[in-house]
Amino acid sequence: MIRLSETSVAKIEEICDRYIGEKTPLMMILSAIQEEYGYIPLEVQEIVSAKTGISVAEIYGVVTFYSFFSLKPKGKYVIGCCLGTACYVKGAGQVIDKFSEVLKIKPGETTEDGLFTIDALRCIGACGIAPAVSINGKVYPKVQIKDIPGIVGELVAEAAAAEGGIA
Amino acid sequence: MIKTFEQFEVKCRECSDKLAAKFNGSNGMRAVVLCGGTGCLSSNSAEIREKIESLIVEKGLTDKVTVNMVGCFGYCSQGPFVKIYPEDTLYRLVTLDDVDEIVEKDLMNGEVVERLLFVDENGNKVKTQDDLNFYKKQMRIALHGCGSIDPENIEEALGAGGFQGLARALKMERADVIKEMLDSGLRGRGGAGFPTGRKWQFAFAQPDGDKYVVCNGDEGDPGAFMDRSILEGNPLAVIEGMMIAGYAIGAQTGCFYVRAEYPTAIKRLRIAIKQAEELGLLGDNILGTGFNFRVQIRLGAGAFVCGEETALLNSIEGKRGMPRPRPPFPAVKGLWDSPTIVNNVETLATVPYILREGAAKFASVGTEKSTGTKVFALGGKVNNVGLVEVPMGTTLRELIYDIGGGIQGGKKFKAIQTGGPSGGCLTEADLDAEIDFDNLVARGSMMGSGGAIVMDEDNCMVDVAKFYMEFICDESCGKCSPCRIGTKRMLEILERITEGKGTMKDLADLEHLAQDIKAGALCALGQTAANPVLSTMKSFRDEYLAHVIDKKCPSGVCKNLMQYVINPDLCKKCSLCARNCPVEAITGEVKVTPFEIDQTKCIKCGMCASACKFKAIEKK
Repeated sequence: MIRLSETSVAKIEEICDRYIGEKTPLMMILSAIQEEYGYIPLEVQEIVSAKTGISVAEIYGVVTFYSFFSLKPKGKYVIGCCLGTACYVKGAGQVIDKFSEVLKIKPGETTEDGLFTIDALRCIGACGIAPAVSINGKVYPKVQIKDIPGIVGELVAEAAAAEGGIA
Repeated sequence: MIKTFEQFEVKCRECSDKLAAKFNGSNGMRAVVLCGGTGCLSSNSAEIREKIESLIVEKGLTDKVTVNMVGCFGYCSQGPFVKIYPEDTLYRLVTLDDVDEIVEKDLMNGEVVERLLFVDENGNKVKTQDDLNFYKKQMRIALHGCGSIDPENIEEALGAGGFQGLARALKMERADVIKEMLDSGLRGRGGAGFPTGRKWQFAFAQPDGDKYVVCNGDEGDPGAFMDRSILEGNPLAVIEGMMIAGYAIGAQTGCFYVRAEYPTAIKRLRIAIKQAEELGLLGDNILGTGFNFRVQIRLGAGAFVCGEETALLNSIEGKRGMPRPRPPFPAVKGLWDSPTIVNNVETLATVPYILREGAAKFASVGTEKSTGTKVFALGGKVNNVGLVEVPMGTTLRELIYDIGGGIQGGKKFKAIQTGGPSGGCLTEADLDAEIDFDNLVARGSMMGSGGAIVMDEDNCMVDVAKFYMEFICDESCGKCSPCRIGTKRMLEILERITEGKGTMKDLADLEHLAQDIKAGALCALGQTAANPVLSTMKSFRDEYLAHVIDKKCPSGVCKNLMQYVINPDLCKKCSLCARNCPVEAITGEVKVTPFEIDQTKCIKCGMCASACKFKAIEKK
């Protein structure tokens, strides 16, 4: 098992404390952890369990039920392809296939370099601009197949630039 | 802080004068508003706003022009919008490059930027929103304020009649508020159409103690976005509706359950709650009446089934979002085992109108058994994609052709899917049917939350049925076996059919399974799961037969049952198709031989067909 650093443990406990006054705060705690870390591994669930008195089994059940919670880390860029009906009838199926083809991963998977995850999203409510793709919260309207290699290329360049900046 | 009705009236008058002055320019200012709905934001409306603001500073117009964001205009396919008061000029499809011209021509010199005006089908330019065909048959009750007021400024909401409904309710007996709701005939806008007043009555009849009002903002129907737009465009109206419900049933706590996928809606809702608290319109002893009410927000985490009210309650309680058997109904035993009413966002947004204007006025709109208006998210293959609110009883033809502007690219209308994964497909034969709850059910579909996806000749109905079944199968919570296993089996059959491996027995099995799931599933998700399959099998049986018997997909959608072929007689040997092919499956010699597609390499992406200028590439 991975040992979490003391600061991580403290942070997770702080998140739990944030919702201490709420009735049944589990979803709120998990949402906050997911937002902070991008995933909720078993070790973290154990800390939440110890803090809240809810069994790990129950927490694990909740984490695996909702698609927003993830047991594994996601890529730096999460490419959410909307597969709502409005997007679907306008070719969203081909859009997600193209991302899969370019990145060589299936929906739900993360590239080996940890840069990209492809998620099939339920309707994001951007039906007026279908087919829509949401990358880290930024919505790309009316995505065309031919734009996709360019979108991926830009993100790769952006990531490389950020890396260079740190080094 | 507003502590009495008198203070409230004074404040509202002040706000409505201010808002009127903004619209008619009597304050000597011009006002620029931009659409701040999710659709327009993704087309840079926030950046456009920033650029306008900085140019206003640069040109020294700060004391002459105000700028702010408003909620969704509804006409999403023409966004982003920039509207300028008091002239009421509406610019559409605005990009960052247009900003200089708008500022210099319109804001500085008062000239209209003609090229950014809407052009109607006869080529005429249309200057104001009210003159657009898209809006002419609409009537805005639930969408009141959306696209006109600043959702992050409570003063504009109050200026537009906000909280007047609550103020009137607070002067009434609780039972009379419920009677008003019953008289209005309002039926739940989330899907099933249960009378809202009756729901309230059940909770009202429960003994006093902890009671809750829950707002169902877990808008899951793929293709519907009215709840999001209402929360983004006028969150205070939903809070007001919730408070009226709370007063009526005797609840002091309201809980919003909103999809985490809607960050803008959540942000604006939080702002509205905070501003209402600061004004004393939420909290203890509201308007000096002794009525206390507080609201909290809980976020969904991506589970469609949580739109089902009992699953939603479980989710708030920190459990897996699985439905509970009913009875007991939530009105008796709901959130934390207390009497609870769960109302949809659009329903609650309609409540203030009923209390403000009276039940009779509301009931005079619509049909006898479906009163009022309904918001539809019109999407798919229509020209005017967006959010429309029409009186019940409007026909599908009016919705698709008069408001929707007909089918894109002049193609042939095939079907309109309403009710999302629980609904069905309506066809040409249904176009003149009046839209109301009962009519849609009688025709094999349902109202649902208001998604209305238009399909044309290019959509394969078997594929559409498979799409919905995939969705349901994925979103089934797994609690009851008819839904968990049955939908999976149905999906497998549909996959076989779309791959050309289907048999006539498969069609019979589909119908059989559909009936069993309908009869055996625990909640509405399962009970209605087979509807898209049943309705497409009924209306488009020939398409199913073509897949099963002829092994052909007439619309050329199902990849295994179609191929792209270049017609050598039409091919101009230009090589454009070959240059667009991502897998180099097309060969030929420029100006010498017609090009050909190697079917073993072709991935059927259709890039060649869309690239060809001579329509030489056909689907077969």
